[in-house]
Amino acid sequence: MKLIYLDNNATTKVDENVVSSMLPYFSEKYGNPSSIYDLAHISHDAIQEARETIKDFMGAETPNEIIFTSCGTESANMAIRGALAINKDKKHIITTEVEHHCVLNLYKELEENGYEATYIGVNECGELNLEELKNAIRPDTALVSVMHANNETGAIFPITEIAEVVKEINPETLVFSDCVQVAGKVKMNLKETKVDFASISGHKFHAPKGIGALYIKRRVKIPPLLIGGHQERMLRAGTENVPYIVAMGEAAKNCMQNFDEKIKKITYLRDKLEKGILDNVYNAILNSKAENKVPNTTNIGFQYVEGELILLYLNDLGICASSGSACTTGDLEASHVLRAQNVPFTALHGSIRFSLSHNTTEEEIDYVIENLPKVINKIIEISPFQKELKELKNKQC
Amino acid sequence: MWEYTDKVKEHFKNPKNVGEIENPDAVGVAGSLKCGDQLKLYLKIDENNVITDAKFQTFGCGSAVASSSILTEMVIGKTIEEAKKITNKEIAEMLGGLPPAKMHCSVMGREALEAAIANWEKVELPVKDKIVCQCYDVSLGDIAKSIEEGASTVDEVMEKTGAGMGCMKCRNFVKDIVNKELQK
Ligand SMILES: Cc1ncc(COP(=O)(O)O)c(C=O)c1O
Ligand code: FES
Ligand SMILES: [Zn+2]
Repeated sequence: MKLIYLDNNATTKVDENVVSSMLPYFSEKYGNPSSIYDLAHISHDAIQEARETIKDFMGAETPNEIIFTSCGTESANMAIRGALAINKDKKHIITTEVEHHCVLNLYKELEENGYEATYIGVNECGELNLEELKNAIRPDTALVSVMHANNETGAIFPITEIAEVVKEINPETLVFSDCVQVAGKVKMNLKETKVDFASISGHKFHAPKGIGALYIKRRVKIPPLLIGGHQERMLRAGTENVPYIVAMGEAAKNCMQNFDEKIKKITYLRDKLEKGILDNVYNAILNSKAENKVPNTTNIGFQYVEGELILLYLNDLGICASSGSACTTGDLEASHVLRAQNVPFTALHGSIRFSLSHNTTEEEIDYVIENLPKVINKIIEISPFQKELKELKNKQC
Repeated sequence: MWEYTDKVKEHFKNPKNVGEIENPDAVGVAGSLKCGDQLKLYLKIDENNVITDAKFQTFGCGSAVASSSILTEMVIGKTIEEAKKITNKEIAEMLGGLPPAKMHCSVMGREALEAAIANWEKVELPVKDKIVCQCYDVSLGDIAKSIEEGASTVDEVMEKTGAGMGCMKCRNFVKDIVNKELQK
């Protein structure tokens, strides 16, 4: 059975040239970048080259603004803890209700340790309430964390405008943006923004899992998260993960190549999938309603049926998708993101996210459009809400 | 992903006895759309108190559908007295076990069966027997009792009864009830 992978917001397939780019750094070019001989220089130079690429990829001003980390979660933790260390005397922090858990759970912990947190909500389309954010900023606000794009719905938040507004009200407040879900999907140009910190994660754009980066704006000085040697300008001690850093650089290069063309194709396929499902499944509603959203994501709610069962049936057809985020499987609560935008409770437990990549083909999308309605119909047959479903159906016709 | 046994998979992929029974002798409902799962159980019962047919409709995850499906197989042919003895553990065992966070699905099965039998016997289940937390099988009565015995905060009630300490999806519901009880 052919695998149809539509869960690229959870993780991606590593590009073949990315794999081959990293392999020499295991057993041929294995020198420690901190050592003195030529072999070490090879590793050192490879890291610097990757740093240069990631600088361009994120639209940073200088390569020194890029710190390599082990993942998106580490980058977020480093940025948030770093920002609070800079603004030591400020005890108020702001974020959104729909952040990834790597921000939300850290905020919860900070709340237990004396910080006051404000969570900004979203409207029914999943767009951030900017007025609410403006009104929340105070003289003692240390940090505002706003993701660039949401992993579940794909909604894009206007971080350039947000950083602008934040600094206008309180120039000392620092701004962190989780850019994990825009990397490779939307061009980043951080140097043109007032964002102080931004995170990315390799495995979301066809590099391996376990490698990430943090952008720290020039002249913003934070204490290290890991203390030890002098690596990464002493901000992140520990011998660098050379092969993975090389791989992430290569993956970023791939993303930047024919960017517009690839995004055009992904957008076309995503729109086709979205329309195909909404037109052919009468109990389907669109959750990804933000005007501005990443090109590869759609989130669709199926009313009166349950999401896990949909995923299990899709799995039997070789189709990989997800409900909520990968991190929330294992947790039976409905998605905090969908609850925040008031998705009707009839669809809250039956919402599925499809996320595409440049590997997605039109045949795959056609296969899903053909088979998904059958899956939903099979599950509808089991549902105790026959009366409600019939009413929905009649309304549609 | 959950570790589901082959038996569970077999039953959610090809559930047995799906649908409605026309003119059923008993109907029982457990769970709700808001909570993420609901089971409607229909029974046909003959003059000797033997369950001759059972059908179900379920809104829920793989293990909820599997629990419902196996439950219908378990009750067909049993007398009402025998069916009353079925526990949620037995439902889970018949499926070769369920992941701990999914045990509430088997409780939902037992609850629907209980409700159906009560419906047939035309008895109202006393309010205090209403299950609040399916994971730990905690009823309204249990919560009231824990408050009588001295629990005075939501956390203490949860600690004492176990309510809300499993899959956590009943937590907000439990909090509401506890706050109401505490106000009394
Ligand atoms: C928006 C967002 N932020 C952060 C992360 C965490 O990244 P990582 O898995 O590299 O720690 C993810 C991925 O799950 C994500 O989607
Ligand atoms: S129903 Fe799962 S903890 Fe109460
Ligand atoms: Zn369940």
